[in-house]
Amino acid sequence: MTDFGAAFAAAVSLIATLDAGLVEIVGLSLRVSLSAVFIATMISLPLGAAVALFRFPGRGAVVVVLNALMGLPPVVVGLIVYLMLSRAGPFGVLGLLFTPTAMIVAQVILITPIIASLARQVIEDLWEEYSEQLRSLGAGPRQAVGALLWDGRFSLFTAVLAGFGRASAEVGAVMIVGGNIDHVTRVMTTAIALEVSKGDLALALGLGIILIVLSVGITGAAFVLRESARRAHGA
Amino acid sequence: MAREMSGAPAILPLAVEGLTYTAGEARLIDDLTFRLEPGPRTVIVGPNGAGKSLLLRLCHGLLTPTAGTIRWSGGAGPDASRRQAMVFQRPVMLRRSAAANVEFALSLRHIPRDQRKQRVAAALAKTGLADVAGRPARVLSFGEQQRLALARAWALEPQVLWLDEPTASLDPAATRAVEAIIDAIHAGGTKIVMTTHDLGQARRLGDEIVLLHKGRIVERAPTADFFERPQSPLSRAFIQGELLW
Repeated sequence: MTDFGAAFAAAVSLIATLDAGLVEIVGLSLRVSLSAVFIATMISLPLGAAVALFRFPGRGAVVVVLNALMGLPPVVVGLIVYLMLSRAGPFGVLGLLFTPTAMIVAQVILITPIIASLARQVIEDLWEEYSEQLRSLGAGPRQAVGALLWDGRFSLFTAVLAGFGRASAEVGAVMIVGGNIDHVTRVMTTAIALEVSKGDLALALGLGIILIVLSVGITGAAFVLRESARRAHGA
Repeated sequence: MAREMSGAPAILPLAVEGLTYTAGEARLIDDLTFRLEPGPRTVIVGPNGAGKSLLLRLCHGLLTPTAGTIRWSGGAGPDASRRQAMVFQRPVMLRRSAAANVEFALSLRHIPRDQRKQRVAAALAKTGLADVAGRPARVLSFGEQQRLALARAWALEPQVLWLDEPTASLDPAATRAVEAIIDAIHAGGTKIVMTTHDLGQARRLGDEIVLLHKGRIVERAPTADFFERPQSPLSRAFIQGELLW
């Protein structure tokens, strides 16, 4: 118990003094996860909108697959990306394994289905409400998608936050494709796993506190955003 | 007609021939042939399920008929839909301000940006919504929302305005406001075609009445003739409030 207390005090001091090692790890974590969220959002919003609006053969299968992929186990994604990027794999020549880029790739694969599924649901509900009116006003498909993305912006932002939450909290995928190399690919979750196994609880706890603050902050921001949108726009 | 201002070729009269719409076995719109001339306000009445809403949606182009043709005058082709507007029973409000709702419609019709502001302001003023221009549309009262839907349609200066039971969910005061706006839009030269459940409203707003029953036109007559001297026994029963099933 005293060990725990000491570790906690050390953790708080690491955060308070902006310990260089800690800042580096948090910085890389944010860089990797924010890049992954940005890329995944660019892919999933158009994808979600297309699946929501257009009727094409195999659409039902796409919806089922997207929903199923929301629960992809991170270690499996890590394994697949590892196989793709390893020397013998199809993208081995790129030499990306054990780099932050590989971690971004893995997280994009992990969270694109999450954002796309949630976005599809949001856009499909809006489209049901707007469809006749937009067609009556003469909106073409591109204008309709633009209007739906804009009017669904608050709910869509929540979907993007859900993706960020998943990306920043997972450990399996980045561990496998990043390798947890100090100063290169060490992020919060992999560092915590390592420090705990080494018995250095202070850094692990410090990073853990930051992760929790981050996730509570994201959930809180999502809640505040939705509530204020509902009050202001009746959305 | 006030259409000379806009310079657009007239899309009326509308010639509908053999219009049919089926869902499974049911012939919801059954081989209708009629013309809509510019001018008189046409009010379509009939019991639930007569096909009133369906008929408006088919004519407006929101639904594709199973059979038959809908031909606008002057070979306007796909352009004809740009000279029409429709107001629905439940107003569809975009999640934006009242003014932005109107402006969005104008932008879809490629109205130049510098003209939009003035047209938005004019439409909101004419519908008594100038005070709520900046408020989010979806927090307006139901009556205000329906007036905003009319303002949005009016700003487009349509040649034909389809109205699908525009006052069905409104209280009497809001209904009167909506009827006054419809009258004003008609006075500006727009052809009004509306459906209603309310025979009193049909008398007040209609220049001619069309009674639709089971997807067929039972009777079409000037308003006074329809109510005073109905030709069909079905019309007489309907006017006396007996349900037609």
